Amino acid sequence: MTDYSIRERSLQPTVARVEHPLIETARMFAGNRAALSGLAMLFIIVVVSLAGPWLYPTDPFEMVWSPFSPPGAKGFLLGTDYLGRDLLAQIIHGGRATLAVGCAAALLSVFIGITFGALSGFYRGWIEEILMRITEFFQVLPTLLFSMVLVALFGASLGMITFAIGIVSWTGVARITRAEFLKIRELEYVTAARSSGASNTNLIFRVILPNSLPPIVVQAALLIGFAILFEAGLSFLGLSDANVMSWGAIMGNNRPYILLHGFTIMYPGLAIFLTVLSISLIGDGLNDALNPKLRKR
Amino acid sequence: MQFLVITLKRCGLGLGLLLAVLVLNFLLMHLAPGDVADSIAQDAGGLDAEVMAQIRKDYGLDLPLWEQMLKYFYSVAQLDLGYSFYYNQPVTTLILEKLPATLLLIISAQVVSILVGVVLGVIAARKPNGVTSHFVTILSLVGYAAPVFWTGIMLIILFASMIPLFPIGNMVDVSVERTGFAYMVDVLHHLVLPMLTLASIFIALYSRLARASMLDVLGSDYVRTAQAKGLSEFQVVFKHALRNALLPVVTTAGLVFSGIVSGAVLVETVFSWPGLGTLAVQAIVARDTPTILGILFFSSLVVVVANLLTDMLYRIIDPRIKTAETSEI
Repeated sequence: MTDYSIRERSLQPTVARVEHPLIETARMFAGNRAALSGLAMLFIIVVVSLAGPWLYPTDPFEMVWSPFSPPGAKGFLLGTDYLGRDLLAQIIHGGRATLAVGCAAALLSVFIGITFGALSGFYRGWIEEILMRITEFFQVLPTLLFSMVLVALFGASLGMITFAIGIVSWTGVARITRAEFLKIRELEYVTAARSSGASNTNLIFRVILPNSLPPIVVQAALLIGFAILFEAGLSFLGLSDANVMSWGAIMGNNRPYILLHGFTIMYPGLAIFLTVLSISLIGDGLNDALNPKLRKR
Repeated sequence: MQFLVITLKRCGLGLGLLLAVLVLNFLLMHLAPGDVADSIAQDAGGLDAEVMAQIRKDYGLDLPLWEQMLKYFYSVAQLDLGYSFYYNQPVTTLILEKLPATLLLIISAQVVSILVGVVLGVIAARKPNGVTSHFVTILSLVGYAAPVFWTGIMLIILFASMIPLFPIGNMVDVSVERTGFAYMVDVLHHLVLPMLTLASIFIALYSRLARASMLDVLGSDYVRTAQAKGLSEFQVVFKHALRNALLPVVTTAGLVFSGIVSGAVLVETVFSWPGLGTLAVQAIVARDTPTILGILFFSSLVVVVANLLTDMLYRIIDPRIKTAETSEI
């Protein structure tokens, strides 16, 4: 009887249980203090931006006090802008547009980038030739100038701004996706899938793409930060939707007065800085967690 | 010989890209609401349809689209980028006037950021857990996350307003007439803050890259061989390792040139630096389409030329690919 139970125990596998890759990634990420603080910071920023209008209902467009009141005066924690509008209200309300444009533009460029990278890496030949030339073209194009032209010619609506950012920032994703596809398409499991009759669409979307996602995810996270910076740059130059408050727009509005009233630019800039910082901390953490080989660096 | 062939091939590719920029420019010009006749009519406070039609005929706007495009290519080939009604000058003249200031800013920022970035990266790589290494990590995070125009404004407030070390903007002190050496010193004095602002993004990038690739190279066999031969630390690091560790930096330096041009637009605006970026922003406010598109073309030209030079530099640093088809990694 005892004998039997011992034998049963010895049938247990002696190797450690293999963790699901996602759980391993999550565990690696959770062990990264910088990445976790980035996540916490971003969480606070997103919550404040989403719930802000209820938490702090002052209208960001309403003139509430004299222009350029310094921070703290008359109960306005961050002071007022060049028209006497509450700066804190503008920052809290402006987060929504900034984050929305950042995410939407990043999504658009990830979509374009994956399409270009996957098609050229999978089909090679003339398709690759053409798609890579187009990618090179967008690498050469001075991105900010081109977006400025687009927004100036076709109107500064949020949609146009998002499009103008997304259309110029996808080349990195395309290059990474293509490199991954070139690498993975030669692997045995792809050959196995192909020989068992998988269609090209299946190979691209169900076999190769899921396996090439890790670096793309990291790049996508960084792209959100990039798009936020880009939107801020456009707004700073005056190319923002006049009906929507955003962090960049606050800085653009107060641009002529930087020397005398620097605080009107400092605080919204700080909001952008902290947001992009937290996003890149998360991106770095994801990179480490998804690439165990790089962890030793 | 092969070097020459590849260089020529690359030039051909560059020309192709520029041609594509021209096609894009042309399409933008036509897709944009309103044409020359409309803007003249607006300036004149309204014209009747007959005059408008005459203007369109004079400008060749009644020709088929492909014919207009060929005419446009032909005039660009003769360096004629159209006429700016806002400045009452040919666009090419306007741009050539502003180009040197932008080139000065871009090139100095690129050189400084590569130098500082590589030095920081090398120091950090030699002591991966040292102070410099942590500094590089923090710097690369901050340099990436701070909007470049915001960095510029903070530098102005700090070093031009609170501690008046540098001028707040412009390229020369207009209140005093200077020539020769004094003029150059004055320009350099004005250049410091904008150049540092623009370089701040790329110092972060290069130091991080140089650190990573140096760490890689320092662990390789040939470096150990060099150390085993008894070469001095200096020789190992700077003569053996650095050459290879520089390759990713050079590749990236070529790739980020369009980013530098974009950054320059913002930095010029902050510091009222009289270059193409300031001109572009003014032209956009004034809805001066020929000037904007001319700038788009010229800055693409700058990027293409910079890419060609980077590619040649890469081949000189790395003899292995001197004869290879492409430097793409």
